Amino acid sequence: MTVTYEQALGALAAAHEDIVVMTAENRAPIRGLPAALGPRFVDVGICEQTMLGAAAGLALRGRTPVVHALAAFLTMRAFEFVRTDVGIGRLPVKLVGYIPGVLSEANGPTHQALEDVALMRGIPGMQVFCPADESELVEALPVLCADRAPCYIRYNAAPPVSPHASGFAPGRAEVLGEGGRVSIFTYGFLVREALKAQTLLKAEGVPARVINLRMLKPIDEDAVLDSARAAELVVTLEDHFLVGGLHSIVAELFVRRGLLRPVLPIAFEERWFKPALLEDVLEFEGLEGGAIARRILRALALAPGKGESTWPMG
Amino acid sequence: MTATETPVAPSGQHLLELVELPPLALRVREHVLRMTLGGGCFVGASLSCADLLVHLYGRVLRVSPETLSSPDRDYLFLSKGHDVPALYATLAELGFMERSRLAQHLKTSDSLYWHPNRDMPGVEFHSGSLGHQLAVALGVALDIRLRQGTNRAFVILGDGELDEGSVWEAALVAGALGLENLVAVVDRNGFQANARTEELLPLEPLEDKFRAFGWACRSLDGHDFGALEGAFQEVPFAPGRPSALIARTLRGKGVPSLEGRVDRWFARYGGPEVEALIRELHGGPRADLTGDGLVVR
Repeated sequence: MTVTYEQALGALAAAHEDIVVMTAENRAPIRGLPAALGPRFVDVGICEQTMLGAAAGLALRGRTPVVHALAAFLTMRAFEFVRTDVGIGRLPVKLVGYIPGVLSEANGPTHQALEDVALMRGIPGMQVFCPADESELVEALPVLCADRAPCYIRYNAAPPVSPHASGFAPGRAEVLGEGGRVSIFTYGFLVREALKAQTLLKAEGVPARVINLRMLKPIDEDAVLDSARAAELVVTLEDHFLVGGLHSIVAELFVRRGLLRPVLPIAFEERWFKPALLEDVLEFEGLEGGAIARRILRALALAPGKGESTWPMG
Repeated sequence: MTATETPVAPSGQHLLELVELPPLALRVREHVLRMTLGGGCFVGASLSCADLLVHLYGRVLRVSPETLSSPDRDYLFLSKGHDVPALYATLAELGFMERSRLAQHLKTSDSLYWHPNRDMPGVEFHSGSLGHQLAVALGVALDIRLRQGTNRAFVILGDGELDEGSVWEAALVAGALGLENLVAVVDRNGFQANARTEELLPLEPLEDKFRAFGWACRSLDGHDFGALEGAFQEVPFAPGRPSALIARTLRGKGVPSLEGRVDRWFARYGGPEVEALIRELHGGPRADLTGDGLVVR
């Protein structure tokens, strides 16, 4: 029987008195915890900024606050409190952002956290963790909570995408498959679509490797560089804006290391996505496995190893 | 203090007697005026807050240089962070740091700049962005209550700072949580950076606002040590409620040529000007300074 996030957090809090669970009225992932934790559960109401300020205060007193809110409002409404109180203070607050990226489904652009990675990684000392499914989230939780650095967690409790190739270790990616031609870098919910694309590409005679980054900060630079060098084409796949997310992280790393590879970015460029139920979003936006595979095949066909770096946006 | 030492718990004793406060306040004001040298400081704002800080550290807060790491200490958060010269001066005079350290103001070799930070002994948290520390103090007060402690969290807010919605959001939460170990002190000097509060964003009726958010609220003269003594002895003002004390103060208090002026929030003076201001502080003639080199905001 798989352990849920709520069970894992509850068990962690039961074993560690320093953990205080907070929410700004986002109860969906943690409905059983108020009863289980009593006074160590604090719902501040729809007050994200106060929640973060109070989390800083609790952390000053030696607590490890695990705070919950919708990703868009946690990272944007309360951004200054995250950056100024938790960030400057270098406090061990864990920020759990609910329904990030495509997981906001039919809520619409107001709720679409497509810049959360960009914002959080820009804060000195802030870690960024993007689990591909609930099993990764549950496995990483105790390790992240024990770490004294602040950490943003892009909450994702989807069913396990596949047997995982490796256990969680901070700053370590999971490499799935041994691809020759294509390396697909991705994180979070879209890992499952990347794996579908991998299967389809294999059937087309194009071996592809999927690198599930898990942590975007600190990122597994060796895994990125090794997989980038090994492939003809690098793909960055994310439900995030083009600016500031994985594509930017990879590009920055390449520049730092003097590496030039063809890169196909799959991300939202200068727009928000079509609000709909999850599977419909994936289909509409070309983010389901088949569409991803087709975009990759098209990119491979257009410039087979010629060294041109101007790749079309899908 | 090494990491393995247990922090010394505060005793119930106050650091000072009531009669010692006025001379201490005078020395604090002198330090504030000296910090206008070189790069300048928020002098008008700091002078309105000086008596509040002197009274709190001298007579109210159970914290001392020996107990500043104790989990049982009272906490003071200076949310009105630009009043930091008055805070550093008070802490220096009470032995939290060497008085000579104040001469390091704005030097890169130390950490005394225009807002407080935790590199300085006695400072609980960095501040400067208005509207943060009521929430931070709320978190501290909540943890104290979780641990059944009897210590308190005090926050000094500016009245201009009350423009920030985050203050009221934190007040709403604090009222709902019934945090009676949380005390907000408003330095109600009637000014914000460029204007009088009541001409820009009127705050009155201010007591009513705090009460509407579930707080118990009182007002008094923020320069009257006797009144401050009486009020702080009665904290919490009502059981099960956080307390707000509106301290009516005067921007630039103590130096008549600086008092009540919209353009003396921040100032930078030269040596002779500072000496003239200090003489005025001690009852000398008005130092009406209008030199070309004068930098004020």
